Amino acid sequence: MIVDRPIPFEKRTKLRIPLFSTPVQAGFPSPADDHLDKSLDLNEHLVSNPASTFFVKAKGDSMRDAGITCGDILIVDRSITPKDKQIVVAMLDGEFTVKRLRKKKGQVLLVAENNSFEPIEITSEQELVIWGVVTFVIHQPK
Amino acid sequence: MKFALVDCNNFYCSCERVFNPKLIGVPVVVLSNNDGCVIARSEEVKKLGIKMGTPAFQNQEMFSKNGVQVFSSNYALYGDMSARVMKTLRTMVEHMEVYSIDEAFLALEDSQGALFAKELRARVRQWTGIPVSVGIGPTKTLAKIANRYAKKNVQFNGVFDLTVGEPDEILSKIECEDIWGIGRRTAAKLAKANITTALNLKNADVPWVRHELGVVGERIVRELNGISCLELEELPPLKKGIASARSFGHQVESLAEIEEALATYIARIGEKLRGQHLLASRMSVFVETNYFKPEQPQYESSAQGTFMNPTNQTPELISKGLDLLRKIYRPGFKYKKTGAFVTNLVDEESVQMTLFENQDQKHRMALQKAVDVLNKRLGRNVVRYGSMGVDEAWGMRQERKSKCYTTRWNELLVASA
Repeated sequence: MIVDRPIPFEKRTKLRIPLFSTPVQAGFPSPADDHLDKSLDLNEHLVSNPASTFFVKAKGDSMRDAGITCGDILIVDRSITPKDKQIVVAMLDGEFTVKRLRKKKGQVLLVAENNSFEPIEITSEQELVIWGVVTFVIHQPK
Repeated sequence: MKFALVDCNNFYCSCERVFNPKLIGVPVVVLSNNDGCVIARSEEVKKLGIKMGTPAFQNQEMFSKNGVQVFSSNYALYGDMSARVMKTLRTMVEHMEVYSIDEAFLALEDSQGALFAKELRARVRQWTGIPVSVGIGPTKTLAKIANRYAKKNVQFNGVFDLTVGEPDEILSKIECEDIWGIGRRTAAKLAKANITTALNLKNADVPWVRHELGVVGERIVRELNGISCLELEELPPLKKGIASARSFGHQVESLAEIEEALATYIARIGEKLRGQHLLASRMSVFVETNYFKPEQPQYESSAQGTFMNPTNQTPELISKGLDLLRKIYRPGFKYKKTGAFVTNLVDEESVQMTLFENQDQKHRMALQKAVDVLNKRLGRNVVRYGSMGVDEAWGMRQERKSKCYTTRWNELLVASA
């Protein structure tokens, strides 16, 4: 059986030892040689826990005012325990949805960030599972 | 020190459920390559009495009558989810052995018992969505038994610790065949000597066991007695070779079609070699007909070859593979399977200096890198070598594969906003 190796979104690059650019005998060394630094890796900034982080695509514009538009890629971390006011990916009645989680006086609501959408009040018959907490939104400007 | 065995529950089915809430609470099966037979079952399916290995095609009607959701195997997804589970476990223990795609042995401190196992279980569930069972024992063999016991008895909520209390009562409920390392044939041999349970085997005469089952059997008896003989194997053994072989979706006769299939498998080998910075020195190629159709003429053959310079470049690998294939191909047979295997692997760095100094090699490597980058970004085999063909008539049957939610940008999970 062949198991395809996954492509995790952690850094896969090999460690390269930087070469000093200036030959020793060529006189004055480059002033930059003392300040060599590795390049920036976006994963370091966006993914603090690779094991529990998933990318999810948003469809629809109910979260427009929170800066999430149709087609954006959400970075979702499942290791964060969801709290009031966080934006979450939730499983509700067999569907995935992105909303702001609100907990008020024992009531749980999924609130849209767009006037034309009503908040969803979770009833006791409904099954709500918070799938993960949205930590970043990757958005391409128009 | 003691051991824990962490085992993902119905792993492939659980992976499918993480990304598809409609599958929760309904029967789910995952099929083998080519959608041949059942290789993973959810609890609901086990209750329906559907066995492992049930052929899929003949049972379509029964599946749909029972509302069974059927999936082709999606190894890209399962492999990624497995890596996430293992990574999560590593945040909680220092020493562990990844035993299979869905199992790991952990070394626990004496103070770490059922409570720790519960935390472990909860973390894996929250971070990855995968439910696991944990068995704890003074040896790996007993940890395996504890795990099995936790799974079979729902009242334990997936955690059982054999280091607490008297294990003999539990061992008396475990059949020999279900002990790690004891196969069906060995179990039959033991049964003749009236050894039918793990407790019987634990109390068996050690010299007799050594005589009948060799040192492996003796080790199992010691492990059942709580004497640890099997250590954690933390480092995976060095790769000796890489294989890529699969059955055709249907039987194939023409050389051209087999060539296409083989070239595609070899391209996979090339990707794997380059991903691990290895070079292959030898390659072997095989073809075979379908043994399960004895009424048809049968043929199988293989051929081996050596690379003058060890390589991981797909064109060189394919060209060697096709040469070998042409030596063993005989017309007039209905072929079921082909594949290639590369061995004598060496580290890229160790030969790089001499091998890649000429300009031509450098250009070829750059081209290969570009091909790999494109395929990684656009999907496997979007950029392909001519010999791989384009229509893949020979390809795997995978009619019900879920999306590669975690390894393809264009197949991400979608949530409505």
